Amino acid sequence: MKIALISDIHSNAQAFAAVLEHAAQAGVVRHALLGDFVGYGGDPAWVVDKVRELVEQGAVAVMGNHDAAVVQGSSTHMREDARLAVEWTHQRLDAGQLDFLARLPMSVQREDQLFVHANAFDPAGYEYIQGRLEAMRSLHATESRYTFCGHMHEPMLYHLSGTGKAGEFTPAAGVAIPLMPNRQWLAIPGSCGQPRDGNPAACYAIFDRESCELSFQRVAYDVEGAAQSIRAAGLPERLAQRLLQGE
Amino acid sequence: MSSTAAGPHSVLPLPGPLEPGMVLDGFRLEQRLHQGGMAHIWHVTRLEPKAGEDFPLIMKVPRIKGGEDPATIVGFEVEQMLMPALKGPHVPRFVARGDWTRQAYIVMEQVQGQSLRPRLDEAPLPLDEVVDIGIRVATALQDLHRQHVVHLDIKPSNIMFRPDGLAVLVDFGLSRHDHLPDLLEEEFSLPMGTGPYMSPEQVQFVRNDPRSDLFALGVMLYHLATGERPFGQPSSVRGLRRRLYIEPVPPRAIDAALPPWFQEVVLHCLEVKPERRYQSAAQLALDLQQPEGVVLTRRADKTSGSSGLSTLKRWFFALGAEPASQATVSNQVARSPIIMAAVDTEHATAALLEQLRETVRRIVQTEPGARLACVSVMRTARIGMDELTDKDGKSLHVKQLIALKHWARPISRSLALEDGRLTFHVLEAPDPATAIIEFAAKNGADHIVMGARGASALRRYLGSVSTQVVTQSECTVTVVREPAGNGG
Repeated sequence: MKIALISDIHSNAQAFAAVLEHAAQAGVVRHALLGDFVGYGGDPAWVVDKVRELVEQGAVAVMGNHDAAVVQGSSTHMREDARLAVEWTHQRLDAGQLDFLARLPMSVQREDQLFVHANAFDPAGYEYIQGRLEAMRSLHATESRYTFCGHMHEPMLYHLSGTGKAGEFTPAAGVAIPLMPNRQWLAIPGSCGQPRDGNPAACYAIFDRESCELSFQRVAYDVEGAAQSIRAAGLPERLAQRLLQGE
Repeated sequence: MSSTAAGPHSVLPLPGPLEPGMVLDGFRLEQRLHQGGMAHIWHVTRLEPKAGEDFPLIMKVPRIKGGEDPATIVGFEVEQMLMPALKGPHVPRFVARGDWTRQAYIVMEQVQGQSLRPRLDEAPLPLDEVVDIGIRVATALQDLHRQHVVHLDIKPSNIMFRPDGLAVLVDFGLSRHDHLPDLLEEEFSLPMGTGPYMSPEQVQFVRNDPRSDLFALGVMLYHLATGERPFGQPSSVRGLRRRLYIEPVPPRAIDAALPPWFQEVVLHCLEVKPERRYQSAAQLALDLQQPEGVVLTRRADKTSGSSGLSTLKRWFFALGAEPASQATVSNQVARSPIIMAAVDTEHATAALLEQLRETVRRIVQTEPGARLACVSVMRTARIGMDELTDKDGKSLHVKQLIALKHWARPISRSLALEDGRLTFHVLEAPDPATAIIEFAAKNGADHIVMGARGASALRRYLGSVSTQVVTQSECTVTVVREPAGNGG
């Protein structure tokens, strides 16, 4: 069974739709949606409805910090661009959509897989896994063989051996990586709706449950359309620009 | 891969040690072939034969010493991870791998053939055999490097030869794949590799440079030809680091009968800095196959290893030397292409030769690691003997070589091609197109650049050489035409 790992969609309908289509063609039957469905982008309602539809079909979905902020209607500790988007998004969602976001779990455990937005050691604290140290902290905090999380927008793969040594790896797109069963793995698929590694193409990853292989993917999508949607919403131009640049 | 959730029988740990007759995931253990320090090798058969699997199978089982041995476990994990990603005749065919929760193993093709290890005890070997081994191993390495993998433990016991002579590389426990996580990177605080063969950068923990394998192959060629190890058999990290500043005794100082070109090739492999070595295995294979094309430098003349002063200098520079951060394996291979210029100095017009030269110069210029092989074909009759000397008794072969070098001089001057990056080859063949295609294939050329014959009666009559090369060659081909307005 192939599972699509999709994170940090950030109200980018064009990117999300392109990724879902790409995943369907790759034979994906299940989705794990790793939070931050909203914020930054111009199409929050469409994205939330799509997420809700997938959850009804059995998808996993967890809460992200932008989702939590949108539910509250404001966030004092976010940067201005993000804060403006949160406030705008709150007004754009109806009660049902906000309620759906409010009820998202912080993390989901399925067999040997943990799905969480930021990390395993303090899911609601939203600390970033910026490198090996935080990755080790997260891997030590769970018994799960596989942790799938988002929050960081760059694709990354960490692993912890039986001898306690952690390694990190920047994946290449489209290569099947066998997640050897002898160690613990933490995979960050990268952001679907706001990639930041200089490549504007949407990020996601496919995990094959049978072969235990993980492949990171990049999907070209209508970046111009997504930028236009941000402008039409009256959100800061910088948010449109960073999609075009992928940063 | 056998999954822990696959069936009720597979979740139970194995009762006791492996014995002949036992069945593991459908493979019956027949006989233990080899008992090694790191792994045991079993001959196995499938209970239910699989279509297309018409080769004998072996199962490699890690030998875990005292329960937890990181070197064995991680090395085996690396091999389990890499082997399914490898393809082609230069690696054993991968069949299956087994989970660590029950019994870790790898089932693969049993390579029918001989290991190179026993020949090492016979060294020094005849030069022809050493060169032949070098060509075959370099060809295998080029194939591996093109698959984004550095072997990092090239030595005679990890090289086998199939009955048809193809080299097969085995044991990927220390290898590194560009597109897969390096499980070994963080695991150990000691350099990883086999002492006598380890490259200087491996001693300094760099694990992603394909040129490390060329260093190891250089050590092997040195040993096979002279019977001695260029850097001894060090057992300490300090001993390993000596190769950063001690130059090996030149092969010809051990055996004066070895030709200078061979010394040039071996010492070229053994350069301390990877950027001073051959830039790809294909370039090394090319030199071994075309000794007359090897450009001799100071390396060929060396009569002794390091002097006291030069050693001190090299030692001083090695102190703070950190290897520059390396590009990826595939980039290194891609950045070191062999460009082949096929030049018809006899028949092409001056304008076409000029245009061809300018095109070649531009292509080579954009590839800092590129090597340029200039080739011309001397047409010989299909039947009967040719007149290979002109009326003044000069060899036509030599004349053509001179013309070729003359053609290339502006390129070598403007790009300062040093260190054997420019070679010349005059091929004698009845059919130029076939000769060009075969040369390119044999030497792993990445790009052929050649001129198109104008619309002449000759072309209508004989057909176009470039058309045949374009359609039949496996690499990129650029066909250069005369600038418009020059007729032809």
